[in-house]
Parts: sequence; structure tokens; C-alpha cells
Amino acid sequence: MKIAVVVFPGSNCDHDTYYVAKDVLGQDAELIWHKDTSLRRADAVILPGGFAHGDYLRTGAIARFSPIMPEVAKFAAAGGPVLGICNGFQVLLEAGLLPGAMLRNRRLQFRCEFVHVRVEQTDTPFTVACRSGQSIKVPIAHGEGNYYAEPDVLQRLEQNRQVVFRYVSSSGEMTEDYNPNGSVNNIAGICNEARNVVGLMPHPERACELAIGSDDGLVVFQSLLKWSRESLLEGNLATTTSEHQTVVNR
Amino acid sequence: MQARVFVTLKPSVFDPQGTTVAEALHTLGYAAVRDVRQGKYFELEIDAPNAEEARRLAADAAHRLLSNPVIESYRIEVTS
Repeated sequence: MKIAVVVFPGSNCDHDTYYVAKDVLGQDAELIWHKDTSLRRADAVILPGGFAHGDYLRTGAIARFSPIMPEVAKFAAAGGPVLGICNGFQVLLEAGLLPGAMLRNRRLQFRCEFVHVRVEQTDTPFTVACRSGQSIKVPIAHGEGNYYAEPDVLQRLEQNRQVVFRYVSSSGEMTEDYNPNGSVNNIAGICNEARNVVGLMPHPERACELAIGSDDGLVVFQSLLKWSRESLLEGNLATTTSEHQTVVNR
Repeated sequence: MQARVFVTLKPSVFDPQGTTVAEALHTLGYAAVRDVRQGKYFELEIDAPNAEEARRLAADAAHRLLSNPVIESYRIEVTS
């Protein structure tokens, strides 16, 4: 499959993500500049971590208006799998592709450390290879990952099973002690209602090889491959974007 | 025409920065400071025929870019 990694000015995990897609997973991958207006027939889109546009104004607030973003929104609306990692998650929130917003971390700390997150939902393109309730060890590195949603939005998220990852202890228990940033309900990652757009604050791409401390993050990308294979079998993938639709119709 | 836009977190949203500033003020002995809310302040120089039009434009900008309506609200003052 082909994985597009969008590069904003200030992205700094774009090459890590590209490396995982290309070298660790052995997939076709392409870096796409934010001023591009085509996703080049990608089967999945990843918005990487970093500090797009220097985080000026608010994290993701400027990136949201990048020329590539209407394409990402179209791709998402057509059911294409979109993953936002850390700053990419913040961009998805600002763009309205995911609900809620990020506040400064509780106690204002920039948290850079390994954490454990529990996989709450396994029916998204990025968790389908996970065991339900599986706890994975992945790093976080952010100053604004304090997830907030208004009470009614939060209630809907929980009801619709849109909370995909939660901060937990190494044994999988969810308490405030293991909440690194003050996020409501220990939320580390969510998906949209259609479940094809996922955002998370931890960096699975930084935990894909044991040599760098953990390969627990690999399951996120393996999920995408599994989802893609299964979608191909169901004949869904070729019609995930209008671009593909054109190709199919030709 | 100048529009001043004040963006602050909604009252229902916890403000980690404001809280920290309030704690620092208490440490300095400003016991009378009950609470601090931190926000952003913008000065927009606008070419507009009248204050109403300037305000309309500033409100549009504040809603679309200067604030995030999920967590923030804004207030606008227009001066000529």
C-alpha cells in the first residue's frame, strides 16, 4: 500500500514516520509537502509530529489552512484512513476532523518519556491488529496534550466508543497517577464517528524497533496493513478517494 | 480602523497557565489576587468604511483563526 506522510514547515517526525512506512514495513511511502494539493493516490495519510508553523497562535491552528488540508479532509470523508500523531493529532483537532481541543499540559510541563497506553478499540484502521485492552509502551513528547472536550462531546465520544487509547500503568490500570498531562478520562487518542480518522499524542513511530527502546508502536502500523489487506478483499480500498474512483472508472 | 481582539479560555475550561501565574503571584505576597486567567491580545489594523464593518471582519477572523471556539471565547473593541 502507499502511505503519504504530510510535511509541514516545522514537522520533525516526518522522516521517522516515513522510515517506518518504507523501511520497517516495506511499503510504498511518500513525503508530501503541505503546499501540495494532491495526495498522489495514497491509500493512507499520516500527519506527523513536530511543531507545524512553530505552533504559532495555537498548535495546529495555522497548519489547518495548509493547501493539502482540503485534500486530507476529502480523503477522510471518503473513508480513507488518516492518522495524526502528536502535532498531527493537534492539526486534526483544529481542522475539525476530530472533536475536542488541546490545552497546555497540567502543571505546564513538557513531558518527554515512555508511557503505557491501553488500546480501547480494535475496530479502527490503526488498531485492528491489537488485542482488545492491550497495553503498549510508547513515548510521548509534548507540552500541549491535555485533551479537552465539552461534557456533551465527551459523553458522545465515550458512548460511540471513540476513545481509542488511554494512559494507564504498565499493568494496564487507569488512574490519575498515570495521566501525564491532565487529559480528561486519561484520553491519549480518539477516532472520528466513522472510525477511519485516528489521532493520538504518543509516538508509535518512535517505538518500532527494539534497538530504540520499544517496538510496541509497530502494531499501529501493522494494523494499517491488516486493515488494508482486509479492505482490499472487501473491495473497499480502491474507492476510498475520488482520485481512485476516477482510476477505477477509466 | 483598529480592532482589538481579546481571546481567553472559556470560564468552564481549566487554564493551567493562569493558575500557575496566580500561584506565583501568591508566592510574591499578592494574597488579594483571587484568580488569573491568561489570554491572547491582537491588534488588527483594518481598512473598513465604518466601525461596524471593522467589527464584523474582526469577529469573522476571531471565530475562524484567532480563537478556537471549542475552548476559547473572544471580545472585540473597535477604535478609529
